[in-house]
Amino acid sequence: MVSRDERLRKIHPIRRLLSRPEVGALGGALVIWLSFALVAGDQGFLSLRGTATYLEVAAELGILASVVALLMIAGEFDLSVGSMIGASGMLLVVLSVHLGWNIWLAAVAVVIFAGLAGLFNGVLVVRTGLPSFIVTLATLFAFRGATIALTRLITGRTQLGGLQEASGFDSAQALFASELTLGGANWPVSILWWILITAVATWVLLKTRFGNWIFGTGGDAKSASSVGVPVRCVKVTLFIMTALAAALVGMIQAVTFSGADVLRGELREFYAIIVVVIGGTLLTGGYGSAIGAAIGALIFGMVRQGIVFAGVDADWFQVFLGVMLLIAVLVNHWIRRKALQE
Amino acid sequence: MSTSLLQTHQLGKVFGRVIALQDITMELRAGEVLGLLGDNGAGKSTLIKCLSGVHRPSQGGIFIEGNEVVFTSPREALKMGIATVYQDLAMVPHLGISRNFVLGNEPTRGWGLLRRLDMARADRITRAGCGRLGIDLRTTRQPVGTLSGGERQSVAIARAIHFGARILILDEPTSALGVKESANVLRDVAEARDRGVGVIIITHNVYHAFEVADRYTILHRGRSYGNFMRDEISRNDVINMMSGRVTSTTEQG
Repeated sequence: MVSRDERLRKIHPIRRLLSRPEVGALGGALVIWLSFALVAGDQGFLSLRGTATYLEVAAELGILASVVALLMIAGEFDLSVGSMIGASGMLLVVLSVHLGWNIWLAAVAVVIFAGLAGLFNGVLVVRTGLPSFIVTLATLFAFRGATIALTRLITGRTQLGGLQEASGFDSAQALFASELTLGGANWPVSILWWILITAVATWVLLKTRFGNWIFGTGGDAKSASSVGVPVRCVKVTLFIMTALAAALVGMIQAVTFSGADVLRGELREFYAIIVVVIGGTLLTGGYGSAIGAAIGALIFGMVRQGIVFAGVDADWFQVFLGVMLLIAVLVNHWIRRKALQE
Repeated sequence: MSTSLLQTHQLGKVFGRVIALQDITMELRAGEVLGLLGDNGAGKSTLIKCLSGVHRPSQGGIFIEGNEVVFTSPREALKMGIATVYQDLAMVPHLGISRNFVLGNEPTRGWGLLRRLDMARADRITRAGCGRLGIDLRTTRQPVGTLSGGERQSVAIARAIHFGARILILDEPTSALGVKESANVLRDVAEARDRGVGVIIITHNVYHAFEVADRYTILHRGRSYGNFMRDEISRNDVINMMSGRVTSTTEQG
């Protein structure tokens, strides 16, 4: 028999480790944590309270990013999540404050609304075959505009408060916005949501058939569909999931601030993509990880709060973010090439 | 002698004003290799896309074991046992070998929300499926992208056979491969044939065709030059027909 084994070298354990998509981000997170620990360690970055503040920032983005990661691994973008956050929060407040609904009923309505919006995005993308970047860029603006216009039409304002008066608010607060005081710091429940959603997304991605289909859909849609993967169904499902994740973030924010602002969630769509990419997911799909996205969100939170602790003007945050994105893309590109070279 | 597995009768495909394929009649039997030959633009791709459910033929019919079939999607063709391995999109590069192997047919365990991939079984299926063709995998978890083009083809062929393909269509399986790799893929084709699979191999490499094929269909400008058994035709005849240097054809039913 013709020998094939001569071509298969032994893979070095470090190489194998490097082939995990989230490894680059993990290293980056360590470096960034150490840097801020050195620079701003005695200004509170290392304290539990400091940790809780950056985890809160990370959690809010991480809930979105883990799900966006799955969609991006399937080869699609969803830019409309930013306006979906604003729309969901506002819908929750309008229904429960302006129309006097029970907050839980309003929450169910928000979930249905977001699900339909995601379905709309997904069907539009798979039916037209247009790039989802463009389709959801359009719905990003359309949802945001409609939220502003309708809110002003119905209430005459663009910011609404008073959610604490709504019936059922206390139980909603327990689920979406409660805080656990531990070691002198307040740990918001959103951190638990973040961990839970990242865990579920990771499980789906790595342990289920659907996860394998996500990789197949993004890696090579044609070859996946030629072996029977329902590629369109996978994409539409994931568009619904990203819209639902955005709705969850919108509701968490609305309950936390007991009100809503039509502009909430602005730029979240790009932050989400940035942290997903920092987390090692390929922009072209087929490769990536939900844990990576969570680590990306952690980096985002540490930098955003860390430069405040370090006494640097917060204006510099976006510069940091842009530079990190570039470094992450370069490092990930290099790691991936190494992984495929074996 | 085995009976007819796949037949086409006066198959034609029209795209708008372009007649891509006209009057193609051919036959494939179980345990046989059919070489589908022709120069670029001869209609080879259109023909196999009709057979694999990507295109719907405009004229004529496709028959499996004597019964006419109409496919509206590749999945339907797959259900009837027609598997197609395309040259460059056979596999998902970043996915592990066994994950690729079971893609679309993943084994699971557990129920309801806990229903999950059975990777141990996926690995066993992959090893067994590849082993049957004499492909010895060192590891089943490494990304397919680390395999060479020929190894990818071999694994894709093994996958198609494992999941019950009775008719295997290979689109230019050797065109991007070196000499040794091509030999390996052709050996896999022979192995599939010996297991009773009917293989259609599309190529414009006459030498590769002559190495494995039992019969030939030669296309030129959307038409068939006819069907030939291996001993009815010489290499030079085939080359001449592919390039259109022969005008008289010896059509056979």
